Amino acid sequence: MLEVEQVSKIFPGRKGLFGSSPEVQALKGVSLRIAKGESFGLVGESGSGKTTLTRSILRLDVPTSGRIMFEGEDLATLTPAALRHLRSKIQIVFQDPFASLNPRMSVHDIVTEPMLVHRAELGLSARQRSDRAAELLSLVGLGEQHLHRYPHEFSGGQRQRICVARALAPKPSLVLLDEPTSALDVSVQAQVLNLLIDLQDRLGLTYLFISHDLGVVRYLCDRVALILRGEIVEEGATQAVFEHPQSAYAKMLISAMPQVAFS
Amino acid sequence: MSEPSKQVSPMGVAADPMEDIAVESARRLAWRRAVFRFRQSSLSMLGLAMVLAVLFVAVFGSALAPFPEHIAGGVDTGNRFMPPSLAHPFGTNELGQDVLSLVMAGTRVSVLAGLGIVLIATVLGTVIGAVAGFFGGWLDEVLMRISDLQLTIPGLIFAMAVAAALGAGLFNMVIAISLGWWPGFARLVRGEVLAKREETFVVAAYAIGAHPLRILFRHILPNIISPVIVKMSLDIGFAILTVASLGFVGIGVRPPTPEWGTLLSISRSYMPDFWWTAVFPGLAMFFAIFGFNLLGDGLRDVLDPRARR
Amino acid sequence: MSNPLLKIRNLHLSMHSFDGKAHVLNGINLEVKRNEIWGLVGETGCGKSLTGLSVSGLVSSPPAEYHGGEILFDGEDLLGCHEQRLLALRGNKIGMIFQDPTTNLNPVFTIGTQLVDVALAAGASDPQVLGLTVGASGRARRRAARALAGDMLDKVGIPNARARLDDYPHQFSGGMRQRVLIAMALIGRPDLLIADEPTTALDVSVQAQILDLLRQMVDEFRMGVILITHNLGVVAQTCSHVAVMYAGNVVESGPVRRVLEQPAHPYTRALMRAIPTRDVKRGALFGLAGSVPNLLSPPTGCRFAPRCALASPACHSALPADREVAPDHKVACVHVSAMKETSYA
Repeated sequence: MLEVEQVSKIFPGRKGLFGSSPEVQALKGVSLRIAKGESFGLVGESGSGKTTLTRSILRLDVPTSGRIMFEGEDLATLTPAALRHLRSKIQIVFQDPFASLNPRMSVHDIVTEPMLVHRAELGLSARQRSDRAAELLSLVGLGEQHLHRYPHEFSGGQRQRICVARALAPKPSLVLLDEPTSALDVSVQAQVLNLLIDLQDRLGLTYLFISHDLGVVRYLCDRVALILRGEIVEEGATQAVFEHPQSAYAKMLISAMPQVAFS
Repeated sequence: MSEPSKQVSPMGVAADPMEDIAVESARRLAWRRAVFRFRQSSLSMLGLAMVLAVLFVAVFGSALAPFPEHIAGGVDTGNRFMPPSLAHPFGTNELGQDVLSLVMAGTRVSVLAGLGIVLIATVLGTVIGAVAGFFGGWLDEVLMRISDLQLTIPGLIFAMAVAAALGAGLFNMVIAISLGWWPGFARLVRGEVLAKREETFVVAAYAIGAHPLRILFRHILPNIISPVIVKMSLDIGFAILTVASLGFVGIGVRPPTPEWGTLLSISRSYMPDFWWTAVFPGLAMFFAIFGFNLLGDGLRDVLDPRARR
Repeated sequence: MSNPLLKIRNLHLSMHSFDGKAHVLNGINLEVKRNEIWGLVGETGCGKSLTGLSVSGLVSSPPAEYHGGEILFDGEDLLGCHEQRLLALRGNKIGMIFQDPTTNLNPVFTIGTQLVDVALAAGASDPQVLGLTVGASGRARRRAARALAGDMLDKVGIPNARARLDDYPHQFSGGMRQRVLIAMALIGRPDLLIADEPTTALDVSVQAQILDLLRQMVDEFRMGVILITHNLGVVAQTCSHVAVMYAGNVVESGPVRRVLEQPAHPYTRALMRAIPTRDVKRGALFGLAGSVPNLLSPPTGCRFAPRCALASPACHSALPADREVAPDHKVACVHVSAMKETSYA
């Protein structure tokens, strides 16, 4: 479904009056293949290039070289209109549920906005959009009574549910989950993870789950790739990677995981 | 999801009366919270009271003035330069006119001009600043260099030049001052837009596929209203001062229409012996400007909690 | 047993706001001895950070108001203390580390300057810190302070420490900055260290190193530590003891191994079951329904009762008292004796 082929991204350095900064190579020939219906985990620490990769897949950044194919189409060759259409197919849930909702919009407006933007493809009237927003809210475990509230009235976990509802609104096939639970408490994290699993089973979604938390990745993902300084250092089925890590980096990460169990 | 498990009522969602009540109370709560925060500061309340008093006098001043005939230009040469007394609390001027009546009538012109200037400057500045900040590139460069250029010309001199070209009069004066006023708003709005453009919810809107104009009007502009309102409130005071300055140098409203700056300008020649002719219009200006500034500070505390001391 | 270094007894704290009075700490009891690392865990808003800030006297009142209880540090009640005294204690006897290592260093000064300032301040109230006598000259003090700063950086594992004294904070990575802050907190040789989420902003690999360092420092300086975190894994790896907080109460406390292997309070059990571990099957994670109660009008009785599967009428009547279910293992739950047999699997 999603193919990332030899993607590199170089941020040019800057030459200025007060010194210059060298160019930064954020991605070095990254290749990934994500099949329909799977949960693919991308694990990396800060500065590893995972954010650049997500931005490239969403085409908020343009890779320096390599190509990204989604459902057989090269993102780089799309016209702006085709790209906007494609955006209904790839959705994202961000890490910080407090920053990713517009504080001046009601939940109703937030959840219906993607449907409004893609009304040409979805063909929903205003009434239908409102109805669907209510459906989506109940799907993520909130209720109709929340439709006309504003983001600040919700807790972090509830806001993340709103973000999930918004992401599902345009009927996407691929959802990028950019550390969706790292700002949440464990008990809430468990709820959101279970919700994500439940939604995937029901709607046949494909997930690209980006995280630095190995425990969460192990819980949710079928396959996993480890990214270090812009390069994929290990990739494989989740269980295999966790039980028989090959690279030194994978071994180090797994041994550094804070375990609750005592040996 | 393609097959909704539960049919939503055809009446739609907002039809639920309970829901409306919940929305109403949530909004009222937010409003009450803002009022509470505003009232925490007695200075803000004082500012609000002063502004309300000024606005009241601006609306009803001419009607309530003790000597309405003096406002229209009537003179009473028998009572020239009377010091403040019960009959004339602010004294009388060189034509025997009641200074209190003139000051009260002058409020309307000054406040109206101040409001007009700030409104025009806000609209102009917001449009220019938003376009520059949001679209960036050469457009940003051009617009901001124009605004820099505008800022290098002293406002009063620019206004004098424009007013001289357009001719005297209240309307021309407002236009003249506004044309020099917008860069402040443009810079503020541009900066805010640049900051908001990086917010996650704006990136989220891009990811949804929203049109850039939708992002600007729906996601960015509503979130920068607060600092603009605060600047408006703070600027009204200065705009009133600028109007008075123009009146003082003789451009702007012509006598006999009373205006604070003009009143000050005329009484300048009778200082210090007949001090009341200058002091009371000055105090009125001080009162209005101080009130708007206090209100602006108070609003900033409520609307923009990050800027709190 | 030696006297506890820190003894918090029945601490009550409320916060005033427009919405009313929130009872944020509702009778906290905690005892920390030297060489103990106490993990303070709980969900956002349970009062763990406020407990830490209360010990260092950094809770400003108003809006906060203490309603009784005491915080005894080496036998001295900190709540009755004068601000002057607190200031002296904070620099020397009580050290603090915060979550975000980027905002807690001043970007315009070299870290050497910042460390030397702290060392001089510490030396001013306790000349022994610098290893000098009382009458030492300013230059000697400065030299000693710089030497001490270099030693401390070396101790927290910064390579080539003395040369790096002249570097600015932005020249350090996040993990290294947190090491610098630990060095800064330890310079006055504190008896008690309060670490508020010290590794939350760091990568997993760096987190492990920082926690290792913390343990080493406890061994070396014989401090007591309060480690505030929301990560039970961090607690299991680092702490000797743990106190689980919920809505302003310590609901369960005791030796870390005992509490985490045989959790007795329903809340602790729920937290444990919410952590994705190796053996949890996909979709089988336990999410605790509901949310932390509104502390403006907290439920009477046990504050966890509204979310608790075991709740009975007795739970709603009064706040359950601490019961000792094993040596030092205290649980505040009326069902606790009933639960002792059915140990957590």
